[in-house]
Amino acid sequence: MFSVYMLMSIKKKYLKGNHYLFENRVVDLEEIAEGKFLLWFEKQFNAKAGHVVAIAADESHEPRIYSLCSSEKAQNMQILFDLKPDGVLTPRMASLKPGDVLYVSKPYGSFLPDTEIPMWWIATGTGIAPFRAMLQSGFKPAMLLHGARVASNFYFERDFKLELKENYIRCNSGSNGQGDFFGRVSAWIDAQDELPLSNKYYLCGRALMVVEVRDLLIAKGVRYENIVSEIFF
Amino acid sequence: MQALFGKTLDELQSLVVEMGLPKFTGKQIADWLYKKKVASVDDMTNLSKKARAMLSENFEVGTFPPVKVQKSTDGTKKYLFPTAHGKYIETAMIPDKERQTVCVSSQVGCKMGCLFCMTGKQGFNGQLTAGEIVNQVQMIEETDHITNIVYMGMGEPFDNLEEVLKSIDILTSDWGYAMSPRRITVSTIGIVPALKRFLNESKCNLAISVHTPFDDERQKLMPVQLAYPLKSVIDEIRAFDFDSQRKVSFEYIVFGGLNDTSRHVKEMNRLLNGVRSHINLIRFHPIPGTPLEKTDEQRLQRFKDELNNKGLLTTIRASRGQDIYAACGMLSTKGLQKDS
Ligand SMILES: Cc1cc2nc3c(=O)[nH]c(=O)nc-3n(C[C@H](O)[C@H](O)[C@H](O)COP(=O)(O)OP(=O)(O)OC[C@H]3O[C@@H](n4cnc5c(N)ncnc54)[C@H](O)[C@@H]3O)c2cc1C
Ligand code: SF4
Repeated sequence: MFSVYMLMSIKKKYLKGNHYLFENRVVDLEEIAEGKFLLWFEKQFNAKAGHVVAIAADESHEPRIYSLCSSEKAQNMQILFDLKPDGVLTPRMASLKPGDVLYVSKPYGSFLPDTEIPMWWIATGTGIAPFRAMLQSGFKPAMLLHGARVASNFYFERDFKLELKENYIRCNSGSNGQGDFFGRVSAWIDAQDELPLSNKYYLCGRALMVVEVRDLLIAKGVRYENIVSEIFF
Repeated sequence: MQALFGKTLDELQSLVVEMGLPKFTGKQIADWLYKKKVASVDDMTNLSKKARAMLSENFEVGTFPPVKVQKSTDGTKKYLFPTAHGKYIETAMIPDKERQTVCVSSQVGCKMGCLFCMTGKQGFNGQLTAGEIVNQVQMIEETDHITNIVYMGMGEPFDNLEEVLKSIDILTSDWGYAMSPRRITVSTIGIVPALKRFLNESKCNLAISVHTPFDDERQKLMPVQLAYPLKSVIDEIRAFDFDSQRKVSFEYIVFGGLNDTSRHVKEMNRLLNGVRSHINLIRFHPIPGTPLEKTDEQRLQRFKDELNNKGLLTTIRASRGQDIYAACGMLSTKGLQKDS
């Protein structure tokens, strides 16, 4: 429910791109791995697991989009972001302090979990964010594959391991470190003789992984209608 | 060595002023680059010897020829150009009676991952500079006979808007190619913030890839739908005050049995209500490993007629260059790189 408290806390809004952005305050920022940050900010609107928000540091630039990684029920909202040193927004977000102003849209999107069909979640890098939101909000997949090049980028691995046990597979494509499989997520999928064809496959992350995995799934008999992709372009 | 080619008049002027040369030298250089199309600084004969020597120390013209050309049985040609990233891009040249249309790429690969597209399958390998975009116009055999330019090659132009706008500046300014912006069409899948800037900062025509009016269907074909729903794209277009010369078209690749039903006609009509537009139906040419199918001709004609009957001006685009994979969504350098 949209509470009175929420309404009172919403201050200024302006239109940028196709979004109204609302003045928001940073609650906390933590660097959880080199160049990877968790950012908490005020919850002004309710969100569904899988939603994204558009964020800007000020009124001068176009907002960027981020998947929420916090639970639907959490008190504050949270995103996981990757610092792009030459980028417009992420260097500024990486130096935010609690209380600083940030402009955030209403949550939106349709990368939403299915409650009827078993889901497979497949992510690379920060593409794990919406799945963390789903898990924290009470959704569980039949399988979660997460690809990363270094073990420190298996974000939220404790939460996933605890909840999903052997249905959580860390695919480490780097040269060393921890993982359950050494290679890319596409290699793990390719090595499977059979995939559950009636499941719904959620892919999130970089374009190359998404198109590679989507092609592989289709080649293995999954109908493309059962594949939902979110690309962090 | 830095390339002069791809710089705007402003950039050339500040560059020469910084070197202690008169400002008008910038205009002279633009003239040599974009009108006289010279290949070397030494050929810029109305520049003083001193100016040429100073320029040559740090700059070169910086155009580069294609490394491969393929010709289709229907006359369509496909050029393969190298890029600064060590990768390749493709440019298609489509002759049609008195029209000579060049289809340029704007990125090396693409991040958008559309299900029906070969370019999307190679992932994203980098942005093209304005120079690399204009080079595709300058360095093809037909350069002096081009009548139209379409940004429909590899990549999503609105994901590289800065360089695309710069290339348009070079192509349309009097000091550049002086082409009419009405002869240039930029095709996008609809990245809304960039769309707004493009509408305000250029006068070129716009083509929007629709492919289906239904959100859930489009989301499966085009992941961008999740971030920038088609409705928000159309709302943007509806709100913009187009002058009578500037054209907006909607591209619609027809997949057999998927997006060519009366239900789609009805929804297209609802979606485009109040928008002055032209729908281009495009035959889908199945690409390797695709789950999507070609439509049959009868169905395609019927779909076109139904759209026209609703008052939506609709035509079917002739398929060109299929045999050399030069058709829409078929540009990919994956295979070509090996034999070039
Ligand atoms: C649906 C969706 C969800 C997303 N979710 C997340 C998420 O949860 N976490 C996350 O970290 N990211 C996410 N992203 C990506 C995010 O929106 C930003 O693109 C990203 O954070 C970079 O923003 P930036 O402003 O720092 O960089 P930008 O300024 O956008 O630049 C990005 C990179 O491109 C380069 N670049 C910019 N312009 C040019 C140019 N003209 N030529 C060449 N290179 C250029 C920059 O150097 C930089 O490295 C998501 C994107 C989408 C579409
Ligand atoms: S259709 Fe256009 S936007 Fe989509 S993947 Fe291909 S090149 Fe990119």
